[in-house]
Amino acid sequence: MPTVRMTVNGRAVSGDVEARTLLVHFLRNQLGLTGTHVGCDTSQCGACVVHLDGTSIKSCTLLAVQAEGAALTTIEGLAQGDELHPMQAAFREHHGLQCGYCTPGMVMSAIDLVKNNPDPSEQQIREGLEGNICRCTGYHNIVKAVKAGAQAMNGQAVRG
Amino acid sequence: MTTETGIGAAVKRREDFRFLTGRGTYTDDINRPHQAYGYILRSPYAAAQIAAIDTSKAKAAPGVIAVLTGADYDKGGLPCGWQIHSKDGSPMIEPAHPPLCKDQVRHVGDQVALVVAETYAEAKDAAELIEVDYKELPAIISTAKAGEPGAPQVWPEAKNNVCFDWHIGDKSATDAAFAKAHHVTKIDLVNQRLIPNAMEPRSAVGDYDRATGDYTLYTTSQNPHVIRLLMGAFVLQIPEHKLRVVAPDVGGGFGSKIFHYAEEALVTWASGKVGRPIKWTAERSEAFISDAQGRDHVSHAELALDKDGRFLGLRVNTIANMGAYLSTFAPCVPTYLHATLLAGVYTTPAIYAEVKAVFTHTVPVDAYRGAGRPEATYLLERLVAKAAREMQMDQVEIRRRNFIPKDAFPYQTPVALQYDSGDYEATLDLALEMSKWSDFENRRAEAAKRGKLRGIGISTYLEACGIAPSAVVGSLGARAGLYESGSIRVHPTGSVTVFTGTHSHGQGHETTFAQLVSDGLGIPLENVEVVHGDTNKIPFGMGTYGSRSLSVGGSALVKAMDKIIAKATKIAAHLMEAAAGDVEFKNGNFTVKGTDKSIPFGQVALTAYVPHNYPITELEPGLEETAFYDPLNFTYPGGTHICEVEIDPETGVTQVVNFTAVDDVGRVINPMIVEGQVHGGLAQGIGQALLERCVYDEDSGQLLTGSYMDYTMPRADDLPSFQVATHATMCTHNPIGAKGVGEVGAIGSPPAVINAVIDALAPLGVEDISMPATPLKVWQAIQSAPKKMTAA
Repeated sequence: MPTVRMTVNGRAVSGDVEARTLLVHFLRNQLGLTGTHVGCDTSQCGACVVHLDGTSIKSCTLLAVQAEGAALTTIEGLAQGDELHPMQAAFREHHGLQCGYCTPGMVMSAIDLVKNNPDPSEQQIREGLEGNICRCTGYHNIVKAVKAGAQAMNGQAVRG
Repeated sequence: MTTETGIGAAVKRREDFRFLTGRGTYTDDINRPHQAYGYILRSPYAAAQIAAIDTSKAKAAPGVIAVLTGADYDKGGLPCGWQIHSKDGSPMIEPAHPPLCKDQVRHVGDQVALVVAETYAEAKDAAELIEVDYKELPAIISTAKAGEPGAPQVWPEAKNNVCFDWHIGDKSATDAAFAKAHHVTKIDLVNQRLIPNAMEPRSAVGDYDRATGDYTLYTTSQNPHVIRLLMGAFVLQIPEHKLRVVAPDVGGGFGSKIFHYAEEALVTWASGKVGRPIKWTAERSEAFISDAQGRDHVSHAELALDKDGRFLGLRVNTIANMGAYLSTFAPCVPTYLHATLLAGVYTTPAIYAEVKAVFTHTVPVDAYRGAGRPEATYLLERLVAKAAREMQMDQVEIRRRNFIPKDAFPYQTPVALQYDSGDYEATLDLALEMSKWSDFENRRAEAAKRGKLRGIGISTYLEACGIAPSAVVGSLGARAGLYESGSIRVHPTGSVTVFTGTHSHGQGHETTFAQLVSDGLGIPLENVEVVHGDTNKIPFGMGTYGSRSLSVGGSALVKAMDKIIAKATKIAAHLMEAAAGDVEFKNGNFTVKGTDKSIPFGQVALTAYVPHNYPITELEPGLEETAFYDPLNFTYPGGTHICEVEIDPETGVTQVVNFTAVDDVGRVINPMIVEGQVHGGLAQGIGQALLERCVYDEDSGQLLTGSYMDYTMPRADDLPSFQVATHATMCTHNPIGAKGVGEVGAIGSPPAVINAVIDALAPLGVEDISMPATPLKVWQAIQSAPKKMTAA
């Protein structure tokens, strides 16, 4: 069984995995990071989105061994203690989540979207989230949240 | 009470922190010590005999603990919770529904074997080694053709595949209305099959404790007590006190997680057999062929009108597809949740509806967001729109002319229901204003200059929810009561834990119910905790569906609060040396009327648990009350949905450019959550109208839309931002005045969208388009239209 080593949320981790183990299953089952979800088996829904070396990826579409040596951030790694990441805070403020199942992937995708486009229009947000399916919100409040989250992230970047 | 957190305040949800930080606990996140994994081998055929099953190779595969088939299963079948009787008085055909098939499979995805192994991968690998000798049989898939002579038979006992042939209303009065009609509008409609697709796939963990003999089932359910009752009493024969069902965080339901599923029973049963906890989680492809599906009606309807466009009578004939087995509440959906809604918001005096339910070799069909009411609304609002066009009447005027006036409540319809309140003119007027209806023709002309076809459509709808008065539904065939429970435990220092029988899977009850109780007891919001979802913690309750949680479950909490306040008032009166009749409770304080004597709720709570100065001969110590609330009637939300679309005639793509929803959901506790519920419902309604359709191959019965590559889930860029508003008339028969909001969006919207598409295409002479109005379908309609587009 191959051994994989990577950094997850700033912590060095390793584990023995079957070669066919998907990254999402390694995160969930071996590291206990169950905030990353599985919503489909065709890489459509985006519930499993995490950041790999700073870029959003669908962790159901990567083998764990492919992430060897990478730095990953999952939804558990965003908040600083009780202080939510600006995008997380915006989702709460604008009721951008209901059942919460798509939410981790949606937030991770939204952050990556804003990194690439700091001031996205409504249409750009809608197109940018095409790879994340939500069945609860009708996306209305997610779009509002991402817009507000983008502004907050920009403000933070300026301050930082 | 402070307005920041009380009734009517848009309080941010307390659920959100855990969901936003990855700390939710969904069923698949739960792992029990020594847990094994289950994989279900499913039928690849729609209809086949099982001649033999050889599990020997699978049993010898690495990691395999057990391979169980129908021959091993010695417990009961899955029960159906609602019995319909046919016109002739005979009970519906109710075939066996075994969790594991023994001799025959009846849909692609039917359960054939359960493999239990050390890991999920090992269980799945071993399942491939099971050799099943199937003798494929001809399958019947089509709803319309299932009842035809010569069609393949799903069940020998169901002649012509008929489950029941039911009717409601006064046939002779309806015939008489048609005899005197000035005009009759006729329509044929398909309400296509949908796949609910909650984002969290179903999951179940069965855990048998040999030391105590207790079973625990963790499951993705909207109603854990219902699962405990059905599975314990009817399937596995485990008494309630030895069976705990936990529905933790659940990632959406939309009806599909109401029902008791085979996998829940199998992992619980198998856990007892192998002595290990067993987890099963559906893959999405598996969910497509095993989650109960929704809708699937074929209807013909006729509306009789007088010369002024007043409705005289309505005739409806519907065939409803049940799938291969009867799912838990399937029979009530096309009957009492559909045909009883056919009066809608109109004064139609005579209605007669016939509903024939048929079996087919497809996944069972059951309640999906709206359940019967979207079918009724779609039928009625398409029919009314068509009647208006045929009689050259205005789409708004024909509706106004037939509205039940606001002073006519309570209003008895000809199809059993008695509406308690509503103001359909008010919701209509507001929606017309918000949508800028009167200015539409200018927008149509402007779009035409850009080469686009623009249309507007309206739906004035009503639904019945707040399910439901037990005695009424019992007389209609329900095999359960539909009350709800609530307990309020006041702790010694005055904080409160609330236990509700309803279940939250996205609705935000932990926030809304906390607001309700905080407001009622006059205590800070942060002093109220809401507990749901665990049968070992909550009183027996019926769960969440049919937009019932606030109107029924919230009312139970109000009744429990009434009991708390009644007892606390006696304690306060004792402390203040006053007569209980002289003590009033307001804003968290007990006050002797006309004096400045007052003590806070917290002091009374402490006294109840430290009863030193206490009326001990009259009152027990403690402050904890439970109430069960059985509603007196259904609730009747209603409103107006207006959709505006633009169609690109070159591609047939329909874009929703404006959507306005004005809904009367009664009392609103948290407007932010209410709007969110409407948004989500609208997305599902627009999804049905434009994108979603479950398709089986008619010959083989294979599901052709078996993944998100094939079944079109609405994405963010398929939808517009919505304009939503509420206009409340209060429910008159529950203590909150709430009517329910969970389903209105999905009920009112589909006909508004399709009416808009038809309006856009009407200049070309197109009169009909079916759901979903896909680009291909719209493009074909334009190509074959009687009239051609003229250059703007």
